[in-house]
Amino acid sequence: MFEYDFMRMAFAAATCVALVAGPVGYFLVLRGQTFAGHALAHVGFAGATGAILFGLSPMIGLLSLTLLAGLGMGLLGEKLANRDVAIGFVLVAALALGLLFLHFYTSSATQASALLFGNILAITAGTLKLLAAVCTLCLMVLLAMSRRLLFVSLQPELAEAKGISIRQSAVIFMVLVALATAACSQILGVLLVFALMVGPGATALRFAISPAKGMALAALLALVDCWAGLSLAYVTDWPVSFWITATSLLIYGATILLQRQGAGYVHA
Amino acid sequence: MAMQEASVVFGNVSLALAGREILRGMNFEIGGSEFVGLLGANGAGKTTLLRAILGTLQAERGSIRVFGASAKRGNPQIGYMPQSRSSLQGNRLRGWDIVAGIVRGEKLGLPFHGADVHRKVDGALGLVEATGLAHRPFAELSGGEKQRVLLAQALVDEPRLLLLDEPLLNLDPGQQRNVVDLVKHLQVTLGLPVIFSSHELNPLLGSIDRVLYLGHGEAAIGVVDDVITAPILSRLYDAPIEVHKVGGRIFVMSGNVEMERDAHRHEHGGEQGHEGHSHV
Repeated sequence: MFEYDFMRMAFAAATCVALVAGPVGYFLVLRGQTFAGHALAHVGFAGATGAILFGLSPMIGLLSLTLLAGLGMGLLGEKLANRDVAIGFVLVAALALGLLFLHFYTSSATQASALLFGNILAITAGTLKLLAAVCTLCLMVLLAMSRRLLFVSLQPELAEAKGISIRQSAVIFMVLVALATAACSQILGVLLVFALMVGPGATALRFAISPAKGMALAALLALVDCWAGLSLAYVTDWPVSFWITATSLLIYGATILLQRQGAGYVHA
Repeated sequence: MAMQEASVVFGNVSLALAGREILRGMNFEIGGSEFVGLLGANGAGKTTLLRAILGTLQAERGSIRVFGASAKRGNPQIGYMPQSRSSLQGNRLRGWDIVAGIVRGEKLGLPFHGADVHRKVDGALGLVEATGLAHRPFAELSGGEKQRVLLAQALVDEPRLLLLDEPLLNLDPGQQRNVVDLVKHLQVTLGLPVIFSSHELNPLLGSIDRVLYLGHGEAAIGVVDDVITAPILSRLYDAPIEVHKVGGRIFVMSGNVEMERDAHRHEHGGEQGHEGHSHV
């Protein structure tokens, strides 16, 4: 399958995104902010469709609006992070706005479908370059601040007492989540971002390993999801996004089942 | 008490949150190896007082000195166990990683630990007899076991003063006994002064040296028999209070309502930040 240019591009893009989505998702699960991450992806839909309407690049629109929303969520901090209703409203408002923008543009359903469910096989060299840049930046910042982020996530009051700004860490993290989400939605579409952002991180946290190893495992699992998804899609001709989501869910489910069984033997 | 350097000295201290005065005119001194029970109803200002010692809250008036120096944020001499958060309760990291995760947590880079950190973490877990728990996911530990791990977290940087915020919350009486005994053991063997907040007095009886009771914006400090009296508590609760001693336990009653019981019921209403401050 690597004889096709579009498959090579797709693998390259998925690899970039997976290496970021795994570790960022690990912290998202650790901090209990998965729903906020899910909502951020939907904000991207409004951004992308709005950009199309004004004749701009959908990727730029998606990136900038997600970034803005991530910044806002980080600044609001706990005032918003634990409010399911507020986050839910942001999510549906973004989808509704996106729908309205698409209506004015009177575009084909293909455009909407690509944004919602991803179209990795149509990634251009330009998009790939932008993705690589965003992912590299995102990963470098995450690695640099992972130790502090772990402290702040485990014991915010203690971190505050040690002189760390909780708000600053929260804002930087939500900006990282926004960038990772925007990158991820190029692969999976805004509706399925959760599978790649949260699946590997949640699975890695099921294992009794150190946070550093957990982040690495999450990246590895995200890579497996993407590569397996692309390969299975190539063989079956079913959508890539379906296969990536299916792989992510399957690995998470199997991990829990095997651990239950393992625990059963121990107690027997 | 022997002539020992005081760990904490409050001189005419008033504390406020968002412009609202919580506590005023507090004068007291905590000894160099004393076990002090910090009591009072919800909203009386227990967490606020601990935050003032930590330096995360500036005093409106007066001076707070910790080991002779002005209270300031980031004091490495203080070990602090914040009130347990619901988000931490379900954490699936191992107990060991929960403790290690805060060591030099202000530094940049990846959370890797050298041999010295391993020794520190193992040492702290050993002190609270949690070595055997350390390799299980935190979420799967019992309430009392979790408190042991969090106590190890507060001890990991070898502090000279221990501040514990409501470590007995949501524990059954047996687990409460274990936690108090463990803290008492640490205080005696390490010579470590401890300020232990709780809205229940009885689990602490027999273990604490003195009680610091907050209410109605004021503080009273002294041995239990001097502070837990009808006149003093009536002032702190701003209501007529009766104190009944039955079989080694003390019941603080207002009419036919038991004050501590009442406080406990409120606790389940608001999960975190019940003293009205948020950590953003």
